[in-house]
Amino acid sequence: MEALISLIIGVLTTCGIYLTLRGRTFPVVLGLTFLSYAVNLFLLVMGRLTIARPPVITPGMTEYADPLPQALVLTAIVISFAMTAFVIVLSLKAHLELGNDHVDGKHKP
Amino acid sequence: MMSHIVIAPVILPLLFGIVLLLLQKQPLLFQRVLSITSVVAQVVLAVGLLHRVSNGEILVYALGNWSPPFGIVLVADRLAAWMLIITALLSLCALLYAVRGTDAEGSHFHVLFQLQLFGLNGAFLTGDLFNLFVFFEILLLASYSLLLHGGGRLRTKAGLHFVVINLVGSTLFLFAVGTLYGILGTLNMADLAVKVAATPLEQVALVRVAGLLLFAVFALKAALLPLYLWLPAAYAHTTAPVAALFAIMTKVGAYSILRVYTLIFGEQAGPAADLIEAWLLPLALTTLVAGMLGAVASIRLRQQIAYLVMASVGSLLVAFGLNTSVGIAAGLYYLPHSTFAVAAFFLLADSIAKRRGEMNDKFDLGPTMAYQRLFGVLFFIVAVLVAGLPPLSGFVGKFLILQAALTHPALPWILGIVLITSLFALIALARSGSLMFYRAEPPQVSKLTTVTNTPVGLMPVMGELLSIIVLLSLCLILVVWAGPITDFTLATADQLLQPDTYVHAVLGSGAKY
Repeated sequence: MEALISLIIGVLTTCGIYLTLRGRTFPVVLGLTFLSYAVNLFLLVMGRLTIARPPVITPGMTEYADPLPQALVLTAIVISFAMTAFVIVLSLKAHLELGNDHVDGKHKP
Repeated sequence: MMSHIVIAPVILPLLFGIVLLLLQKQPLLFQRVLSITSVVAQVVLAVGLLHRVSNGEILVYALGNWSPPFGIVLVADRLAAWMLIITALLSLCALLYAVRGTDAEGSHFHVLFQLQLFGLNGAFLTGDLFNLFVFFEILLLASYSLLLHGGGRLRTKAGLHFVVINLVGSTLFLFAVGTLYGILGTLNMADLAVKVAATPLEQVALVRVAGLLLFAVFALKAALLPLYLWLPAAYAHTTAPVAALFAIMTKVGAYSILRVYTLIFGEQAGPAADLIEAWLLPLALTTLVAGMLGAVASIRLRQQIAYLVMASVGSLLVAFGLNTSVGIAAGLYYLPHSTFAVAAFFLLADSIAKRRGEMNDKFDLGPTMAYQRLFGVLFFIVAVLVAGLPPLSGFVGKFLILQAALTHPALPWILGIVLITSLFALIALARSGSLMFYRAEPPQVSKLTTVTNTPVGLMPVMGELLSIIVLLSLCLILVVWAGPITDFTLATADQLLQPDTYVHAVLGSGAKY
């Protein structure tokens, strides 16, 4: 399971970096989204992958899941969601004002 | 009994921001009064806090009364209070300039301004790494909107680059924070300091990777050499008060570098000690060179100032990179000087650009402007400040940095680069000053430039120059009271280099460290 999750994080990050380096705003926004997916998953598994363990103190249990990464990842999701919304609107604004969707705003024939 | 003064500088701008958002239908004058009230209150609070912590006491505020390391803490030590007072004074000046019309160019200026201060104050006060990330995001989101305030094609383009690179930076920050949490199981900075020092040998490499990732993020915020490309365009194209406020933004990165790499990865950190020592000084020196070369090559005044911001970050981090108490103290003296001087320069550039008609702030033979002499004198003073010539605070700052570097093994490099770049700054500023003031021609009647040159009363001009004069007097205060201020910065540096007092203040005196 750990190998699969690592692979998923790796693939998401790779796609994210590749797309972020593209020249048009739409792939860049997608790339940033992929990067934030990757990092959210990464944060979540930093509490280690556990199954059927309580996150809060329960009588008769000795093994617990770490509840903090879930709080962290929730914050990170909210922030990245807001940032994605902002960057999409900004890209649209740039597209309207610059007349094309290149990140450098240059006209390419 | 915890003192609530620690959280007050964080809560106050947030509350005012929310109130301003609710009152956005009210007349602009009302919003301006409210906004200025908030910033003045923050100056008062910052002075109070500085007074409280100047005896070396470290105030800890546990949010929700969750005892550290389990809850989030706010920590006010000398460094935090020093950054708060600089931010408060700078923002007051920027706001006084903004209420002269910039805030009417778009909506929500005052709301965003207050939220930006909320993020800045929070970032300086927090004692938790994830909380630092959250405050970074708050100040960045506010800064994105402030940067775009007023609109315009070039502003949008620069804004897009700024937003995208900072989003990548935020992702890296999260990766670093996640790695640290995954290995050490804590995010409280004091607790991290304890845990990093006791890292098992097989995990040292991972901790070091996380530490260096964090450095990359902070270097991005501070605009260190390979990661500076977002800065010149963003600062050059935004409105003047926002650019002036952004003078503190790069210092947030420098502050974070100083905080994290003295507290968590300082000398006491065992296997992960002095993590960035090999990187910081060379990168800072190359940033200084690149910034000055950019300033020499600039074709517009605002672009030149943006490169000077970058160069000032270089000088600042050279001081921090010396990694000695006197070096950090010199940096902490140079920090307010460079912030105020550059902010005054941005405001002055806007005043000059407005008076040169269609020539704006281009370095070209333009028309003479109204109150040419007044602006010329101000330009001269600011140029002396920024280039670091005696007798103003720039000279004292650079002198302190060079004096601190005397015992450093890389002295020839530091001395050579700092002095030669100062010469470059002098050449660049002399060139721009002479082009704009000495070689200006009387306006030709055929062009419409004369419209802006109709003489106006001195009073409005003085009102416009008020913020610039306040900022310059702050620099003057830095010279006149250089003795007590350097004593304070030395005490701050000593406090930073003894992280055990910080750790014991946060975790209780029984913490094993």
